[in-house]
Amino acid sequence: MLVEEVMSREVITLPPTATIENALKILNEHHIRHIPIVDEDNHVIGIVSDRDVRDASPSIFENDPDPEELKNEIQNIMSTPVITVHPLDFIEEVAAIFYDQEIACVPVTKENKLVGMVTEKDVLYTLIQLTGVHVQSSQIEIKVENKVGVLPAVTNILGRHKVNICSVLVYPDPKDDDHKILVFRIQTMNPLPIIQDLKKEGYEVLWPNMPGMTE
Amino acid sequence: MAKHAGNDRMSCPSAFVFSEDFTGYHFHSDHPFNQKRVILTYELLRETGFLKDEHILPPRMATDEEINLVHDESYIHAVKKAGEGKLSEAKAAEYGLGTEDTPIFNNMHEASALLVGGTLQAADAVLEGKFKHALNLGGGLHHGFKRKASGFCIYNDGAIVIEYIRKKYGYRVLYVDTDAHHGDGVQWTFYDHSDVCTLSIHETGRYLFPGTGNVNERGQKEGYGYSFNIPIDAFTEDESFLEVYETAMREVTDYFKPDVIVTQNGVDAHYYDPLTHLYGTMKIYEYIPKIAHELAHTYCDGKWIALGGGGYDIWRVVPRAWSQLWKIMSTDTPFSGSLPEAWLNKWKDSSPVPLPETWEDTENMYKPIPRKAEITEKNKQTLDKAMKWIQNQKNRPY
Repeated sequence: MLVEEVMSREVITLPPTATIENALKILNEHHIRHIPIVDEDNHVIGIVSDRDVRDASPSIFENDPDPEELKNEIQNIMSTPVITVHPLDFIEEVAAIFYDQEIACVPVTKENKLVGMVTEKDVLYTLIQLTGVHVQSSQIEIKVENKVGVLPAVTNILGRHKVNICSVLVYPDPKDDDHKILVFRIQTMNPLPIIQDLKKEGYEVLWPNMPGMTE
Repeated sequence: MAKHAGNDRMSCPSAFVFSEDFTGYHFHSDHPFNQKRVILTYELLRETGFLKDEHILPPRMATDEEINLVHDESYIHAVKKAGEGKLSEAKAAEYGLGTEDTPIFNNMHEASALLVGGTLQAADAVLEGKFKHALNLGGGLHHGFKRKASGFCIYNDGAIVIEYIRKKYGYRVLYVDTDAHHGDGVQWTFYDHSDVCTLSIHETGRYLFPGTGNVNERGQKEGYGYSFNIPIDAFTEDESFLEVYETAMREVTDYFKPDVIVTQNGVDAHYYDPLTHLYGTMKIYEYIPKIAHELAHTYCDGKWIALGGGGYDIWRVVPRAWSQLWKIMSTDTPFSGSLPEAWLNKWKDSSPVPLPETWEDTENMYKPIPRKAEITEKNKQTLDKAMKWIQNQKNRPY
């Protein structure tokens, strides 16, 4: 799935000369956690997170009604350079960036101009779609040898039963490099005939799969 | 209410909706959903002497207008055409018909409309005051959607009867679903209503169809806080199941204070059931109706309509479990001891498995579950999460 399919397009930005007070207000009003900082050509020149802004704000224990700190310009605290992605990048690449860089949001740029934002939440939404849990379905897990031709052989059995597949995931077997776990969500309330056929053809079906419970 | 606490609850005038024509709802001979179980239950009850002519209420056909309370006209039309063999494969697929779960069969509209009509009969029997409670074991088809058949269900009689009760009687309805599968069709139908409260206790959707019924599905808009879900783990067993059920049932009923209770009494949470993994025994099927019965008297002057639902071990589980439901509904006490010999003799040769000879299950039906304590603790946590909303409402400062 491409970044342009999941990103939000209406992005709230600030110029580098905006004050910390402006930034605080925007974070609170819009319930967002990141603000990209752009110049007059809409180039991303920095980014601030809610934590950056709060670190630069006076403590709530101070009783100053008009604190000086809030008048500082945002360019003094913004992070730079900014990691950005392109609308045609894959969402899994964004997930890898979040994981490696320990960040939770990237601006999306095209011809160096800001066109959108992708956050952790967008990545999680995509994950939910991928697993198929939002569609009426049953889940079966099959432990298979890690070799060519297994997946088509298994889906062929599902196809014979005229059962629609909502999602397929392939996990490495945590205990055994020579095997993989195939996870299917299939649109049926009665997976038993399929499970029987799979077992008949020698596959190991885990339904349900609970360590310590199912052999 | 005190006046119901004593002996007068021992025997409640109850109606048993029944017709042999319920077996017309028949997909094909290898399909797990088999209405023969209603006949088996009826005959078992007849042999016990606790089901008499005066209890029997024949079902009527639901009208298109009544089915239309929940389902789209185009869907009803498609079901009719499918039953006449005149629906194209592509059109059928659009409505979830002709799949492995809900294959097309002759006169499927008429067969489905009879189940719905039976449920409406049950509701009228109670709400017009002729009976305290009523049971339609042919109904409880909770997976049917507005314009889609699914999970063995064509028309959703549970949802239709609730809408019918709202419109005709203006009552607030509590729907309680103890089928091992999530009562999704009914839940989504009333997801934004505050005068219908749904409570579903089911095996977690991680493996089991339909996959929904998470604890955070609580309703939306005005309906927020009127949808309760307690997904319990595979290998749950009796004790934990009953702890979850009794607590949830009491708390939700007290919170919602319904005018009438509709229960979906699917009996597929039993150890023998081929489709699920909850490891219940007959004990839960004595206890589930017992609590429902008590609460119907405490909160609703007895108004309780019970429906069938899932149940795929039609020989060893369903007839006993549903007979207990009727027995408790009509007398408040369960059967115990031996099953009637005449019934056993009549059916023992047709049954592919040896029939149980007593109402109770034998001890050691299955090997002990190694992670029982963990599973019990996890279910308790899920229950607490589901009930948190009610606690929060109670603890509000005003």
